[in-house]
This record gives sequence, C-alpha cells and structure tokens, in this order.
Amino acid sequence: MKQIKKESQHPPAKHFPKHPQKHPLDGLLRTDRIPHIWCSGCGIGTAFSSCLIAMKESGIDLKKTVMVSGIGCSGRGAGYVKLDSFHTTHGRAIPFATGLKIANPELNVVVFSGDGDLFAIGGNHFIHAARRNVDITVVCVNNFTYGMTGGQVAATTPTFSKTTTTPLGNSETPFNLPLMAYASGAAYVARWTILHARNLSESIAEAILKRGFSFVEVLSPCPTNYGRRNKEKPIDSMLIYKDRSIIKNDANPTELDIDYNRGIILGKFVDIDRPTWTDMYIKTCCPEESDTLSEEEKVG
Amino acid sequence: MKVKPKILTGEHFMTGDVACAEGAIAAGCSFFGGYPITPATEISEHIARRLPEAGGRFIQMEDEIAAITSVIGASCAGVKSMTATSGPGFSLMMESIGLAICMETPCVVVNVQRAGPSTGLPTQGAQGDMMQARWGSHGHYEIIVLAPSSAQEIFYQTIMAFNLSETYRVPVLIMTDEVIGHLSERVIIPDIKTIRALERQKPKGRKDRFKPYKPGPKGVPLMAAAGDGYNIHMTGLTHGENGYPVMTVETHDEMINRLVGKIRQNVDDIIKTEAYRLDDAEIVIVSYGVSARTSLAAVEDARTLGIKAGLLRLITVWPFPEEQIRKLAETVKFFVTVEINLGQIHLEVERCAGEKAPAYLVGHPGGTVISPEKVVETIKSVYSMSILI
Repeated sequence: MKQIKKESQHPPAKHFPKHPQKHPLDGLLRTDRIPHIWCSGCGIGTAFSSCLIAMKESGIDLKKTVMVSGIGCSGRGAGYVKLDSFHTTHGRAIPFATGLKIANPELNVVVFSGDGDLFAIGGNHFIHAARRNVDITVVCVNNFTYGMTGGQVAATTPTFSKTTTTPLGNSETPFNLPLMAYASGAAYVARWTILHARNLSESIAEAILKRGFSFVEVLSPCPTNYGRRNKEKPIDSMLIYKDRSIIKNDANPTELDIDYNRGIILGKFVDIDRPTWTDMYIKTCCPEESDTLSEEEKVG
Repeated sequence: MKVKPKILTGEHFMTGDVACAEGAIAAGCSFFGGYPITPATEISEHIARRLPEAGGRFIQMEDEIAAITSVIGASCAGVKSMTATSGPGFSLMMESIGLAICMETPCVVVNVQRAGPSTGLPTQGAQGDMMQARWGSHGHYEIIVLAPSSAQEIFYQTIMAFNLSETYRVPVLIMTDEVIGHLSERVIIPDIKTIRALERQKPKGRKDRFKPYKPGPKGVPLMAAAGDGYNIHMTGLTHGENGYPVMTVETHDEMINRLVGKIRQNVDDIIKTEAYRLDDAEIVIVSYGVSARTSLAAVEDARTLGIKAGLLRLITVWPFPEEQIRKLAETVKFFVTVEINLGQIHLEVERCAGEKAPAYLVGHPGGTVISPEKVVETIKSVYSMSILI
C-alpha cells in the first residue's frame, strides 16, 4: 500500500512568527521582572496563574484591583502582578489589606501569600479578618513548609514529616485551614490543588466576586525544600493530588484534615451571605452614609 | 470616602489625648487603626466617636502590629491615617514603622509614653522611648519626631505631624507622655479656615511611565494611591525608582541615602524649637514635652537667684537640632538636659556641645514629672563650681 506521507504536526521552524505570540496573561504580568524566583517543580506559578485568570475572568475592574502579599515564596506574587501591588512585612498582608479595603471600599483586594505567612506569624490577623468579614479575598498557597528560608516546619506541616527544624520528624499537629476559616466566620471557603487549576481559578473568581471574607486554600508542592526531605518528587505530589483527592462540595469542615491515606477533600465548603465590615460599620456608626450607597452596595 | 471635618471651633477644657484626636480630625485624618493601651486609650475612644461623623473610619485591630499595618494600608489607599499607643504597643509597631519608612508611606503614630521597660508603670508617665523613636526599627533611617508640651500644643502638633508626614512621605511620631495625655486644660480650636492641612503630591500625566520612587520636589517622590491606575508596586525590600526589588549594594546605597537625605536636606523646614530667655543665657536647659514645662519654672527660679538661665524647648526632637546646640555651645557655660529617663536626649546634647560646653542631666527613670527644684539644685551646684573654676 502506498504510504501517504504524513504531514508534520509541527510547522517548520521558519514558519514560527518572528515575535512569538504573547501569553494570554502577559497583560497582567510585570514581564520585565521575569524570570521569577520560583524553583522548577514548584506549584506557586500555577496557583498564581490561576489567580490571574480568575481576576481576568471575573470581570472585575482591574484598575481597582490590588494584590497584597506578605513574605515568603508565595509572598513574591505581588511583585509579578501588573496591578497596584504591595509586598508587606512577614505575616501582615491581611491587616494591610484590611486598611486598604476600609479606606477605599471600591478596591478589590486580593491577598496572595503562603501558609507560613498567613497562618503562623499572621494567624491572628486571619481569624480576625474572617470574624469581621472584611470584604477581601485570601489565596493561601499551602506547601506545608517555609520554602524561602530553606524548608522549616510550618503550622501546616503534616505530623512525622521531616523538615530542617524537625530532622527527626514533626511531632506536632497541623492546622485544618478551611475549618479555621469556617469557624472564624469566613463567607466563602474552598480548597483545591494546583492540579485542579481550572476548578481553582473558577473558585478564586467566585471568591473575588463574593462580598465578604473569602478564602481559597491551594495545595502546592515544594519539591526543593519539602518534597526532597520526604521522598516526594514533584510528579509524586501531582499523582497524590490526582489519585487521592476527593471532590466533595459542602463537606463538613471538621473532616478536612489533610491525610493522604484517607484522601484529601477538595471543593467549596462555605458560601454564605453576611454583612461585611463596612456594611455593619455604616449601619451602626454612620447610617446617614447609607443613603449615598447604590442598591447593589446595599445588598448583604 | 470623603472627609468633611466637622471641627469643634471654640474654647474647650480637654485632655491632651482628646486634643490629639481633635487635631487629627482637623488635619483631615480619615482612618484610625487602634488597639487599647494605657495611657493612650482615650485617643482611640474619642476618635472612634468622632471619625464616623467626619466620614472616616475607626477600627480596633487585634493587636498593635495589625493596627499600624492597617494604617499603612489605608495610607496606600490615599487617605490620611494614624494610630496611637504606648510603650509595649510602640515596641510591637517597630517593624512596620520600618515598612512605612521603606515604602515611604505617610502616617502618624502617637506614643503616649509610660514608664518601661516591659509593662513598667502603665499609668505613670516617662520619656524613656525617645531613643527607641529614633532607632527602634532595624536598619539606618531618618524619622521625624515631635514632642508636645501641653494639650493645646498636641492639637497643633497632630496637624503638623500630618503635614510633615504628607510632605516628606515618612511616618511622623508624636512622642507625648502620660502627664500631657491625661492633663485637662484649656484648648482653643480655631476656625477650620485658619488650619493649614497639607496633602501629599500626586502624580499626573502618563500612567505607564510613572516611576513611584523617582525623587520629586524636596527629594520626595510623588505618591499614587492604589486604584489610581498607575499599577504601582511597593515593597519593603530594597528597591529602585520603579519600585521593583533590586538586591545590590549600589541600589541599597542609593535608596538609603535618598531616604535619609530627604529629611537631612530639609532640616531647616522640619526642625522647630522654642527659645525662652536664651538671649543672655549662660546656662541652657534643653528639654521637651512635660519636662520642658517644669523647666520653665526652673528658669525663673534660677534667674531670681541671679543665674542667667534659659530654656531651649525641642518641638521637633528628631531630627535633632544639632546646629542650634553647636551654636549655643560657643557662648554658654553649660547645658542641663531635663528629661524623664536616665539620659537619652542628654547624650545628643553632649555630642553636639562637644568640648565647648559641658552637659549635665537632670532625670529619673519615670513615674512622675521632674520638679523644678531638682533642676535648680543641679544648676546651682554646677554653676557655683563653674564660677570657682
């Protein structure tokens, strides 16, 4: 049989355009700051992209959108986004964001930071911002460790895991972050992994549009500083996310401890409406101001 | 959030803490992030009631770190913002004061000083945080620190603090003390038209070419607020003119020298002092805050004894009026620094006076004011020795 010469899937090199097509997110990136600092195999880039896609697709006014980060690998997010962006002190992204949002309620404020920053040194701020229902969105990249400083134990490190400061294994119990957010009063709580990038960006978009304190936890590998010490290669992490995750919306937050053997529960766990800090402040302290609010702003 | 300050023009009998809050309202402050602490709580209490009337926002944060950080965040949103605290809270705020210095975010921090270290004497005054005000955050920087001596003055100094802060894009600290904070006395609040409240310089023109840290007038960059459309990036990392982090010795050198320079080059505009009977003075008392008030009586008492004493009252403590002390050192016999600590500003007086004139300290660790008698006693004994020599 005469063999039909198969046309190559790839056009010859000469057909590549001189100026390569821009990445669809280039408009939201400070491309002059690339390359970024994140290691190969790190999941922060995916979490970051999902966050940018969410910002773009949610339809919010990007000129009025701000990203705030604390310190750490994920904390570098604010440095790469081409929006008004603030890279603050360690643990303090949330109170900084609170000040921004209260001073100018027109701003969409997104906090993008890591588990060490938001839940150890900044844990107190997290629970209080959720309690107050400050209308901000917190995206936490949870890689179980302090990556920037070389892989120390975090408030999220699984028990028995090895880190540089738990060389014999972690004897402590990690936080269940969605439970903490729920118990503190968050209006929106979800968890995804970087493997579930589409669900993640949809969820972040929902969180951004949510009036009130919204929280999205993103499980993400840190092969350099966590995986390496716990026999977990980047591909292993992705396989775990693929094989052992269970999507269970509205799951009971008390069941959300991360346990690879039992399975990692993902999904949207909380989506409630309650008045925001500003709503309540105006209602309580300056009701005359509410006359100037639009109908949409009055909702909630 | 539009602020329409309804200021209480007229004559009042109020505490220093309340006068401070009223000064903030008059200056156009529209965000206050607080946390209760004796003896500064009354500032929060008063402004919590007054800010919503003025279109502003008050929030009691979960700790002092959150309070100062929310204040910096609010400032980045383009509003005038402040917080008030005392020693322990002031210690907690130190890291973020450094952030405000590095990001060049205007804000006002009031420290109603009490005796430390640690919990110390919570309800009793001191002036023990003066060096902390200068050097409390890590790294090398310049900061502006004011010290009011009366309830009336704290009203005006709060306005002055906002003006300096907005002009130089630097946190301005008002270092008052428990005595002034809790002292009720006459305060006259003038007509709003007579109050000069300055605003920060905002950029105009092409948004894509704006460099958030390019030095502008007086070496101070123009400041865009979040949401103005300039896509600014601000960081506590060492950064270049475009705001991006640059981890080089050269950039650090350039940035720190500019941050320090914008204050040092403008000391003539920033430093304010008050001279009392200095013209013919042979002995100069250097003091500030409540201690300057008791020192006034000491000047009079010394004069009745035939000793030509005068008072240099520091309104701005930092940057320190070095030139003024150096000049005085040429003509006076000696300096006496009066302060409620065991020698902080005294060290500066000593440094600036150099070999030209000796400097003595009248101080104690805190809990009460320094009596004029104690000051006169020191003046008398040193004076008699200096005559013998």
